Amino acid sequence: MSYYLSYLVPLVVVISLVYGATRHELMVPILSHAVRAGGWILGFMAIIFGVLLVLSWQL
Amino acid sequence: MSGWTLRIANSRRAPARQLVWLLDGSWLQLGGLTKPGGHAPDGCEVENRMSSNDNPPAEESIHIDLRKPGLAALLAWLWPGAGHLYQRRYAKGVLFMVCILGTYFFGLGISGGRAVYASFQSEDFRWQYVCQLGVGAPALPAIIQNRLVMNEEEPLIGEGMMAPPEQPVLEQHADMLARWHEEMPTTFEMGTLYTMIAGLLNVLAIYDAYAGPVVASEEDEDEEKPPPDDSKPPAET
Repeated sequence: MSYYLSYLVPLVVVISLVYGATRHELMVPILSHAVRAGGWILGFMAIIFGVLLVLSWQL
Repeated sequence: MSGWTLRIANSRRAPARQLVWLLDGSWLQLGGLTKPGGHAPDGCEVENRMSSNDNPPAEESIHIDLRKPGLAALLAWLWPGAGHLYQRRYAKGVLFMVCILGTYFFGLGISGGRAVYASFQSEDFRWQYVCQLGVGAPALPAIIQNRLVMNEEEPLIGEGMMAPPEQPVLEQHADMLARWHEEMPTTFEMGTLYTMIAGLLNVLAIYDAYAGPVVASEEDEDEEKPPPDDSKPPAET
């Protein structure tokens, strides 16, 4: 499980940085935006994980 | 000269921003931009309004010279980050290059060079390659490999790297593609995913090279609207 999740980390970092870079020009706002975007991505995935966990509870 | 004026409001998160402001002394200049009061390189104009006590700027106004946007977009597609380097947006160019090419080559590496291949056969239509092609030149050898293999010649790059699997590829049969999946149960799929995401991310970078940051273009439209003319007398009824 943790082995598969390790592939997630670099992807979240890269996607957040590139997404932030397409919305700002300076490095400080890019990094700030990337941190927030990374939080949103992980939060969204955590919610999906929670929903799937509840749905599969009795399976 | 084509360019955008970008305004960034930074009224929130002042403490964190002050900390970053202390640390950003020299590397901000990598972006072809300067700190307040500094000298901008040719084609770049920076206007920063500082508050009275040298706190981080409350608002920044940056002029970005996109030079030839079409050429920049083409360069950005051919080699991720190259379009930004051409526009002298060095920090973003390096960021895009490291992030996108790092993702692409990591995915290619963990799959042993198999994750990126072009195949347009009806039984093995590699639609993922459309996304992977977004990284430009690094994905183009797959087309050469495809042509060579289809003409039953030796692949150009050693050990069948970026070459399509031997045909035919049949669903539910023990063909070469199935063997790749068996030999690399996780890394083939992950490599495909990484290389696809790298290609899609470069589409965002190409857009940024062509049109500037998304926020800038939105605000630019607002600025292009002519101000209301107060000199005209109100219409008589």
